[in-house]
Amino acid sequence: MKYQSQRVAMPYFIFALILFAGQIVFGLILGMQYVVGDFLFPEIPFNVARMVHTNLLIVWLLFGFMGATYYLVPEEAQTELYSPLLAWILFWVFAVAGTLTILGYLFVDYATLADITMNKLLPTMGREFLEQPTITKIGMALVFAGFLFNIIMTALKGRKTVVNIVLITGLIGLTVLWLFSFYNPSNLTTDKYFWWFVVHLWVEGVWELIMGAILAYVLIKITGVDREVIEKWLYVIIAMALITGIIGTGHHFFWIGPPEYWLWLGSVFSALEPLPFFMMVLFAFTMINRRKRNHPNKVAALWAMGTAVMAFLGAGVWGFLHTLAPINYYTHGTQLTAAHGHMAFYGAYVMIVLTIISYAMPIMRGRPYGNSNTAQVVEMWGFWLMTISMVFITLFLTGAGILQIWLQRIPESGEALSFMATQDNIAIFYWARMIAGCFFMAGLVVYFGSFFIKGQASFDEEVHSGPALQDA
Amino acid sequence: MAERFTKSMARNIYLGGSTFFILLFLVLTFDTQSRAMPERDNRDKLTEQVVRGKHVWENNNCVGCHSLMGEGAYFAPELANVFDRRGVGDSDIFKAYMNAWMNAMPTNVPGRRQMPQFNLTDQEINDLSSFLEWTSKIDDNGWPPNIEG
Repeated sequence: MKYQSQRVAMPYFIFALILFAGQIVFGLILGMQYVVGDFLFPEIPFNVARMVHTNLLIVWLLFGFMGATYYLVPEEAQTELYSPLLAWILFWVFAVAGTLTILGYLFVDYATLADITMNKLLPTMGREFLEQPTITKIGMALVFAGFLFNIIMTALKGRKTVVNIVLITGLIGLTVLWLFSFYNPSNLTTDKYFWWFVVHLWVEGVWELIMGAILAYVLIKITGVDREVIEKWLYVIIAMALITGIIGTGHHFFWIGPPEYWLWLGSVFSALEPLPFFMMVLFAFTMINRRKRNHPNKVAALWAMGTAVMAFLGAGVWGFLHTLAPINYYTHGTQLTAAHGHMAFYGAYVMIVLTIISYAMPIMRGRPYGNSNTAQVVEMWGFWLMTISMVFITLFLTGAGILQIWLQRIPESGEALSFMATQDNIAIFYWARMIAGCFFMAGLVVYFGSFFIKGQASFDEEVHSGPALQDA
Repeated sequence: MAERFTKSMARNIYLGGSTFFILLFLVLTFDTQSRAMPERDNRDKLTEQVVRGKHVWENNNCVGCHSLMGEGAYFAPELANVFDRRGVGDSDIFKAYMNAWMNAMPTNVPGRRQMPQFNLTDQEINDLSSFLEWTSKIDDNGWPPNIEG
């Protein structure tokens, strides 16, 4: 770590991981409710557990992105952070607001929550992923704005690298698009159309810039490959992401009211959306093959390759499976969507945050060459347990989805099974998913365990034939 | 990548490509919202009651279990066509059905998925019914494939 102020990333990473654990606990509750319908009813109804599960995911990924930004922007700019104090203040504001919101979901009836937070004045609640009370949304907008200010001031006073420029472009996009969460017209079709400006343009747009920038940064650090080469790859990847992803928003416009030309535009452009993810796989593997040094933090390299592969499978392949309009007509809103959502979020965004944590945390803890071999091996066990479990969760949900489509969607009216009858018929897949979910939880426990193993990787002269570690 | 392909070329593809597609997206959005949608979402029938119904829908987080036009959670049935499925396309039958249904929740059948009791007033149930009826009439390119949603 070259600059003391980078250390402010640490509370962001730690809090992100705590929320991650909460997300998985509620994921297991939801999984149980899929098979034992009245599990924890009426204390924690499904809609509450789901809201907690998805909102925790969004918030902890944002904490992860912010931690990554505070860590890498000063180092890239070669200067101290503009205001570590502001970063600390915003950390507490966001952490307290986030925690209160989650507690509100759990302990206050949702309609009452809407009432006491005065949702009436500016109604924004009750929409998927945007369930937060309006006051929380305003708080998030202010946190994003203060964070951006701090980061932009830092970047402007130092070296302007492509990694910083791309990362900050992504973060500006994230902040600006968040403003659409305040737009909730009374016309449902308009509401849904602009709802996607937050949801799609985040995860299939600007978040890919953030992911690409973090991946590029970690690859520069662990491979020692020339910055010029890595920056060129980064530009091509984000170019593909935006060229395909922006009009690709159309794949959400098929069945919510917009006109038929979106069937064509959405199908064609979103069919190309796997390209940037495929390029990320080539990028990560090519850079690691051409590495000029063997960085002793092996597990960070594993995460970097893992996130590229899993993002390609989850977002790319599983997205493509049901993105063409004639197929999506039958698959829209089934368990196939859930399958895609799980692997895509895990592969692209969970794993990129765990990549930067794996690289940066040891350094912040005074272990510049990474954790000890034992700790790295344990972390690798966590990697494989979580990743393989997620593959199985995805496969079982895919099985559930295909059977659901076969029973409920494809037959004519009158012959098709009802929604609930179909659910009974696919319960075996939900049980299997539940088991895979338990293995994921075990993987998470192992992963957490790796943080408590002492010692650090030893510095071995022989493996450092390339540029010195601190020079990249 | 070949050496002829320089970083500045890559940057220009990124800047040019993203600018072009952002502008195209804005043009298409303008066309969708101003020209196409008014003919497809029957907004002339978007009454005060429908608007109130949308607030009932949102304030009780219905989308946390159900899907609406295929979006939401997949724990409970699709509701964009529930007006046709349960109300057989008749407003009065649908409102009567909704009243009976909402008041009968939860069923408390052991092991079955439970819908909470939301304690809605008769007025709120009627508003919600109007919202779902209006939603069922949006031109959504013929989705879902059958009545089961």
